[in-house]
Amino acid sequence: MKSIADIKAIREKMQAQIISRDNEDSANETRVVVGMATCGIAAGARPVFNELVDQVANRGIKNVKVTRTGCIGMCKLEPIVEVFVPGQEKVTYVHVDAEKAKKILDQHVLGGKICSEYLVGDEA
Amino acid sequence: MRELALHILDIAENSVKANAKLVTIDIDVRDNLLTIKIIDDGKGMSEEFLQKVTDPFTTTRTTRKVGMGIPLFKQAAETSGGTFEIKSQLGIGTEVKVTFQLDDVDRMPLGDIPSTATTLLYPECDFKWIYTIGDESFIFDTREVKEELQGIPIDSPEIIAFLKSMIKENIESINGGLVI
Repeated sequence: MKSIADIKAIREKMQAQIISRDNEDSANETRVVVGMATCGIAAGARPVFNELVDQVANRGIKNVKVTRTGCIGMCKLEPIVEVFVPGQEKVTYVHVDAEKAKKILDQHVLGGKICSEYLVGDEA
Repeated sequence: MRELALHILDIAENSVKANAKLVTIDIDVRDNLLTIKIIDDGKGMSEEFLQKVTDPFTTTRTTRKVGMGIPLFKQAAETSGGTFEIKSQLGIGTEVKVTFQLDDVDRMPLGDIPSTATTLLYPECDFKWIYTIGDESFIFDTREVKEELQGIPIDSPEIIAFLKSMIKENIESINGGLVI
């Protein structure tokens, strides 16, 4: 069974990567933000957050930070994911699920092409 | 919400926003009773606010006047033969205690605790999970994890993935096939 003692090996591997990545990272980092207030959680934000984190971890994707925020005031459009690519305007995706989250990661965050079908439409 | 684990996530997010340094989440199953306690050392609430905190038209937000998290959790407990209690003191912290009758047909399943635990990983706030079935306990304390990490952020994807599988293995081992 895994235990906290296993973290040492992961830490040593990560420390080697961090040294090679330098400090210029945060400026080039894309932030993917999941709304995680009551409205988001009830609508399914947790699986969206978990999918994004799993994808980033399992595929070793660098320069992408997955994080949370509170209610942004459009509760009926939750789960909401905001993508901040450095130097570009924020993009807001609505009614996101785990599958859409993966596509947003592949197509927008990694591929640079906005998934226009998941943006706020007429319903807003 | 369809899982108690989602309510736990929601209530614990309140603790983080209340600037808690440590949030203890204690899940205890014995006989026919499921007890969930969420205890934080955040800024706490005034007596006056506490009186009305289970009312959905009470919130700390300034953008609108509705706050559903605590009322929903209370409702989940009280509609399935359970109880809901909240205590708070300004400057000391807040404690939410909810009990459920394990065999009540209206009780929500406990749900995915490993996913909730790994959604609640913050560099600035620590969590201590105590998960007990009968006489057996699993304790997960992010302070111990951070000590091992020596400065690597606890919310790094690689760490989250590892912790999720670690918590899952330990909880499954304690559950021993029981679905709660």
